[in-house]
Amino acid sequence: MSGAGLVGVYQPGTSLLHRLPVGAKLGGLAAFSLAIVLVRSMPAAWVFLAAALGLALLARIRLITLARAARTVLLLAVFVGALQWWWYGRDKAVETFVDLVALSVAAVVVSATTPVNAMLDALIRWIGPLRRVGVDPDRVALTIGLAIQALPGTVALAIETRDAARARGVRHPRAFLTPFVIRVVARAHETGDALHARGLGDDDGMTY
Amino acid sequence: MDAAHRLTLPTITFDAAGVGVATPAGTRVILEPTTLTLTEQRIGVIGANGSGKSTLARLVNGLVAATTGRVLVDGVDVARHGSAVRRTVGFVFTDPAAQLVMPTCLEDVELSLRRREKDARRRHQLALAVLQRHDLGDHADASVHTLSGGQKQLLALAGVLAVDPAIVVADEPTTLLDLANTRRVADLLLGLDQQLVLVTHDLDLARRCDRVLVVEDARVRFDGPAEAAVDDYLASVAR
Repeated sequence: MSGAGLVGVYQPGTSLLHRLPVGAKLGGLAAFSLAIVLVRSMPAAWVFLAAALGLALLARIRLITLARAARTVLLLAVFVGALQWWWYGRDKAVETFVDLVALSVAAVVVSATTPVNAMLDALIRWIGPLRRVGVDPDRVALTIGLAIQALPGTVALAIETRDAARARGVRHPRAFLTPFVIRVVARAHETGDALHARGLGDDDGMTY
Repeated sequence: MDAAHRLTLPTITFDAAGVGVATPAGTRVILEPTTLTLTEQRIGVIGANGSGKSTLARLVNGLVAATTGRVLVDGVDVARHGSAVRRTVGFVFTDPAAQLVMPTCLEDVELSLRRREKDARRRHQLALAVLQRHDLGDHADASVHTLSGGQKQLLALAGVLAVDPAIVVADEPTTLLDLANTRRVADLLLGLDQQLVLVTHDLDLARRCDRVLVVEDARVRFDGPAEAAVDDYLASVAR
């Protein structure tokens, strides 16, 4: 199956970036993003891109992973760049394009060096204090984990449903959309049952 | 409870437990009030599609609630103490894709272990050991979507067995598998120390159980030794 986007980007490894704590990586990504947005100059944009690519090299991320994960963002960057060229001229457009590519490379570096469970653990720690105002951090973390996991599954359902419609020679969008939506909802119910069966989300003593 | 030293099997009790759903046309009965005491190690459930087999299995861990009567696991009411019961009853679904909820194999097993192991590093080690036990060690960091159907079901089973439940309920666990994987999953399930409730269409598997229930039209039509039960089911289809 393809088209999983940012999902399953994680590559196990032992590089410096793999060993860094999650907080440092996410904090760094946030700072990097802010810097890119605030510093408006062409040379700076190239420096940012070089830095992001340097980090990718340091983390030994395979070029194919980088390209695949950044593909969607690249398309968007091309589109935004084209609009800017039209409105503001070439320099601004190139700067924006380079900035967006640098951002997406940096994001892929973090995703590729951090297991989802480590991110969830960190998230639970950070939003822990919100427990006092009635937020259940475990639930928030589980929800995010589920959302990440649901993407490839949903893409698979979409492909199956499209193939089923094609096999019967149906071309109308409704023949695809109706069963697709129903199957996604059915899958959600099954996943709910599975969580329930594994004792996750039980009201008393949910310790996830 | 430790699986290796489990001396007595749990007792699953159906006390006139039934399930009905209200529809505009009146109540539709999914399972007639059923009374059973299940103490055998391997209990098979066979019968036609839509006969109520899955409902019967799901009553054991409270995925479906009885609308009449009650279900008890070792004397504990499933409806009232659902989460306590689910800690002792593991459940294996037909489609492992629905059961696997985390991105990678290791993370999915770790999710199961979260309740019993708070320390992330020890949890990681435990999960790796579980995967290795099921020959999935090489796939620890692989996306669950890259596994074959057989490997997915093995991983789902690994996640269930990781927390050492006293009872394992499996709802048609081999229906989507090829012959080799069916044998593998079946051998694993039927070789467990735990009590097993196995819903299946595979009569060879049913024959390996100690006691088999034949479900037809929302009720248990036969309850007895495996061979006799399978014969009864075959006869009911031939009719």
